[in-house]
Amino acid sequence: MTSRPPVTLVRSRTVVLPGADIDTDQIIPARFLKGTVREGLGRGLFADWRSDASRRSSFALDRPEAEGAQILVAGPNFGCGSSREHAVWALMDAGFRSVVSTRLADIFKRNALQNGLVPVEIEPTAHASLVAAEGQEARVDVAALTVSWAGGVAAFALPPFARRCLMEGRDELDILLTYGDAIAAYERGVSLET
Amino acid sequence: MTVTAPPRTLFQKVWDAHVVRAASADTPAVLYVDLHLLHEVTSPQAFAELKQRGLAVRRPERTLATMDHAIPTTPRPRGPFVPSDPEAAAQVAQLERNTSGAGITLYGVGHERQGIVHVIAPELGLTQPGRTIVCGDSHTSTHGALGALAFGIGTSEVAQVLATQCLLQEPPRTLAVEVEGRLGPGVTAKDLALALIAQLGADGASGHVIEYRGPGVRALSVEERMTVCNMSIEGGARAGMVAPDETTFAYLEGRPHAPRGESWERAVESWRALATDEGAVFDRVARFDAATLEPMITYGTNPAMAVPVRGQVPKQVSGPTERALAYMGLVPGQTLLGHPIDVVFIGSCTNSRLSDLRQAASVMRGRKVAPWIRALVVPGSQQVKREAEAEGLDQDFREAGAEWREAGCSMCIAMNGDRLERGQYAVSTSNRNFEGRQGPGGRTFLASPLTAAATAVCGHITDPRELVA
Repeated sequence: MTSRPPVTLVRSRTVVLPGADIDTDQIIPARFLKGTVREGLGRGLFADWRSDASRRSSFALDRPEAEGAQILVAGPNFGCGSSREHAVWALMDAGFRSVVSTRLADIFKRNALQNGLVPVEIEPTAHASLVAAEGQEARVDVAALTVSWAGGVAAFALPPFARRCLMEGRDELDILLTYGDAIAAYERGVSLET
Repeated sequence: MTVTAPPRTLFQKVWDAHVVRAASADTPAVLYVDLHLLHEVTSPQAFAELKQRGLAVRRPERTLATMDHAIPTTPRPRGPFVPSDPEAAAQVAQLERNTSGAGITLYGVGHERQGIVHVIAPELGLTQPGRTIVCGDSHTSTHGALGALAFGIGTSEVAQVLATQCLLQEPPRTLAVEVEGRLGPGVTAKDLALALIAQLGADGASGHVIEYRGPGVRALSVEERMTVCNMSIEGGARAGMVAPDETTFAYLEGRPHAPRGESWERAVESWRALATDEGAVFDRVARFDAATLEPMITYGTNPAMAVPVRGQVPKQVSGPTERALAYMGLVPGQTLLGHPIDVVFIGSCTNSRLSDLRQAASVMRGRKVAPWIRALVVPGSQQVKREAEAEGLDQDFREAGAEWREAGCSMCIAMNGDRLERGQYAVSTSNRNFEGRQGPGGRTFLASPLTAAATAVCGHITDPRELVA
């Protein structure tokens, strides 16, 4: 049985990338996808934004106060585009444990859950307030399904299954492997009553 | 007593037929995968996961691998293939070891069936109506053109499918995109896709499976439907689907993996039953008129930022659009027609099939690519390449001064050495104009093969209707 560390609470200062539609090609450019392991991808995180001199001084991840941040507050549709799970691996390698947005792209959200990166979607007014509280401490509480910060608190939703997997450090592959009989029955053209 | 079944959508029928274990209060549905497609970039960590856990590949015969993303597309002599990039070479070698170890068929470089994963599965007849198809690639939505439920997954899910042939899935919502009218001359399925995404927004279809419907969709060929379904993900959709019809059956019949004889008759009968029932309800409906459509082009850094090629960049801009225009070096209200271009890329899983190349060749034939333009034509598969060469399309491209390449993803994702230089402008038939997508600092205008070819000939952004009769 393989398991990840359980995630019940993420607590840290925030880093804010407020732009909409930040795609996975920005999060990790394709030239970093030629490896065969999951580790070490933090070096490719936002590589092109960080290498652009005109932006470097202002890029949120490069400011000293971003050091040690585990909560990324991102704009709407963060993680759109390519299905590359490397985007999640790179964020986690750089220390992030939760991404808070108004809406996360579907495949990115799936990939986040597979790795214990807590995907949080909150309503726009609360999100704007959290963006304004940039750099302050925030808490992502998976048990209570709330994000809280000095200026407020917002509820978020997760499917019960996803929440349980995060809190128990459970892995979808392990769960699927317990359905071997049902899968074999399906393959024989017989559906098992459940 | 007879109970009348409630009317269902195409999506719901395919989903229902693949539920291994229904959703319960605390677990999502277990969904069976009929066909799992692999490529070199998103699979190595999944095989490593299986090895680490001591698991075998459950259904190697339901799995097919190819090499497309990181391989060079430079013309090459016959013989053993070794990529010059050591990282890509290691990745390709890993795929060879992983697939041979698991008994999975691999159409590697040099194989007559090699090509972009979303081009080869349909042309081999593996993509069939009613199937569930997944791949570690967001453009897996392409296969929905034949009435399959096909979607992109991450590498952890690739491992799950390798080991169990299943995924745990929360049900998506459904969106009907009703297309009235027919495309005018010089207007293509790519223009339809770009216009649809511009209307829906880059996340307008998030959480949804789209069914493309109506006379405007029925009139499209299967290859055109693939172009439309391919870009569903650019509107945020999980998948895009078209109900199978006579056009679909005609496309499939006789392909290597299509059923034959009596099996074919039975298959067609079951495929006919997949169409959405009268009275079935979608969560959302969007309407669109294809007849008023013009050739489209993007101006920004996501595919939803698109306008008619004769149009202008929006005058009022803010936030992401402002940033996009700064990246693109464009100003609000600017006309795009006549904008200078450095590179034209014709290829990708969106537009690299034979019909796409025929369109591009029809514009280039007897003309010359402008001297300052580098034009690459990259067929989607070895089969497309052979068919194009049999028709002499390669001659049309070469004589015009374009490069005729080997099959692969090439400059769509720019991880194989085919890329833009910083600051260069490209008109590309691919699917993403994200910052740096075609190379760091490169600037991409997405358009149809006709618009791309017309631009190559004129040397600047051109309305293809000026060149095609």
